[in-house]
Amino acid sequence: MKTLAPERGGRARMHEPDFVAIRKDFPIFQRKVHGKPLIYLDSTATTQKPVQVIDALDHYYKTFNANIHRGVYAIAEEATARYEEVRGKVAKLLNARSPHEIVFTRGTTESINLVSNAWGRKNVGPGDVILLTEMEHHSNLVPWQILAAEKGAQLRFIPIDGQGRLDLSGLDALLDGPVKVVSLTHLSNVLGTINPVAEIARRAHARGAIVVVDAAQSLPHIGVDVRALDCDFLAFSAHKMLGPTGTGALYGKRALLDAMPPFLGGGEMIREVKLEGSTWNETPWKFEAGTMNIADTIAFGTAIDYVETIGFEAITKHSRELVELTFRLLGEIPGVTIYGPPVEERGGIVAFSLDDIHAHDIATVLDHDGVAVRAGHHCAMPLHRKLGVVATTRASFYVYNLPSDIAALAEGVGKAKQLFHR
Amino acid sequence: MSLDDFYRQTILDHYQNPRNWGTLENPDITAQDANPLCGDEIRIDLKIKDDRVEAVRFSGKGCSISRAAASMLTEAIEGKTLDEVKRINRDDVLDMLGIELGPVRLKCALLALKTLKVGVYGVQQNWPGEGEDE
Repeated sequence: MKTLAPERGGRARMHEPDFVAIRKDFPIFQRKVHGKPLIYLDSTATTQKPVQVIDALDHYYKTFNANIHRGVYAIAEEATARYEEVRGKVAKLLNARSPHEIVFTRGTTESINLVSNAWGRKNVGPGDVILLTEMEHHSNLVPWQILAAEKGAQLRFIPIDGQGRLDLSGLDALLDGPVKVVSLTHLSNVLGTINPVAEIARRAHARGAIVVVDAAQSLPHIGVDVRALDCDFLAFSAHKMLGPTGTGALYGKRALLDAMPPFLGGGEMIREVKLEGSTWNETPWKFEAGTMNIADTIAFGTAIDYVETIGFEAITKHSRELVELTFRLLGEIPGVTIYGPPVEERGGIVAFSLDDIHAHDIATVLDHDGVAVRAGHHCAMPLHRKLGVVATTRASFYVYNLPSDIAALAEGVGKAKQLFHR
Repeated sequence: MSLDDFYRQTILDHYQNPRNWGTLENPDITAQDANPLCGDEIRIDLKIKDDRVEAVRFSGKGCSISRAAASMLTEAIEGKTLDEVKRINRDDVLDMLGIELGPVRLKCALLALKTLKVGVYGVQQNWPGEGEDE
């Protein structure tokens, strides 16, 4: 087997990556919070960044900062080449057929809005059905509510069962009628559930609907293969996979993208502009109006290299080990309820509650120990209503987390229990 | 601020033994509100006699800060005239709690006051002592 050349301080692919060494690549862990070392358990919200990604941003601004696709001078050509190179990396990462199927956006939310606007407004009409699930993040719910209200379309939802899995027993009935689009999360940002997207896509396609996948959590945690899933669109953000904020992409099948009108109008997305009208640039550039987030997209390319060096198999295994430990240690504390499916069916996300102690109070106690967790409804209010809780505490993990982080989490939760029940 | 300073004894006491907890039958004023961001919910009932707060009860769901703030506030308004209640402002509530709060927990701390003001004014508006710094 050929050894991968380490890039910018990266490491060659190993069967067992050294997660202790990986953590050292993340400068933020040198800081202290309330006098304690930072323990970051909110990677579902955003991941921390390795020094390689931070350096890539710095390197771009210091050596070849220029606008892309326009200049005929050296640094503009260099910036364009590096930006387009990332499109190729993303295409490979997702197993897309071509870089033409990758549109850069601000992230998952903008990607879904691009589909609901450019594809949706052309293809969804009065009485049509948009099928979602009960576990969607607001970013895969609100854009469709806006479209449905504008077009007089109806929303339907695949329900969840008691274990936080999608209940597909009624799927045929839900797909009955003028269902135009099925849009769902691949990996729940609250429950950690991994959804059977390929099966749902097969059944949706049989009824003539297109399938949109929110891969904000699944891409970083388990990796995605758009051809295996056979989805029509797939949305994700760079910042949840070690990349900078403000960039991400939409994957779309070429024929669908080609047939779609633009989303935003402006510079770069046009072929020819006259005062009365314009013609559009080709896919994917017709969707990239104005100056794109060049620096962050180029640095995302470095994040992709970093993640691929570790490998998704190793990341999934590492997350599972941490989830398993979390189940065990939190399970020893009476009054803890963990939401969602068993360890082997989820990504590195654990949402829980502790008796009737509010999630804010648990998070505050943990914060004083330097442990950062999320408390609230995690942009999934309808899901929390379904779970019968107003808020949960969520711990989520990535490559820089170690078993000692989980021990600190459990200790803090134990402390919260003691504090509020004495 | 240490954890013990933040969750000082009086806050925990009001959280675990909230004063004026419950509802009133036939209240003269009742107001409900919620903070959808964290799921806190509160209802405040008032009995008014001769323009004074004769009885007050509160109920709902919330974190320790929101419940302790509500409990302290109900204690503070018992026997007060409606004009006096209208003059209570956010600094009064923060003084009762006696801790520093970040922007998210500030909303928890002020939910009861906001609800109370909606009740006594009948409509939501800028309250005396607020507005300038909101």
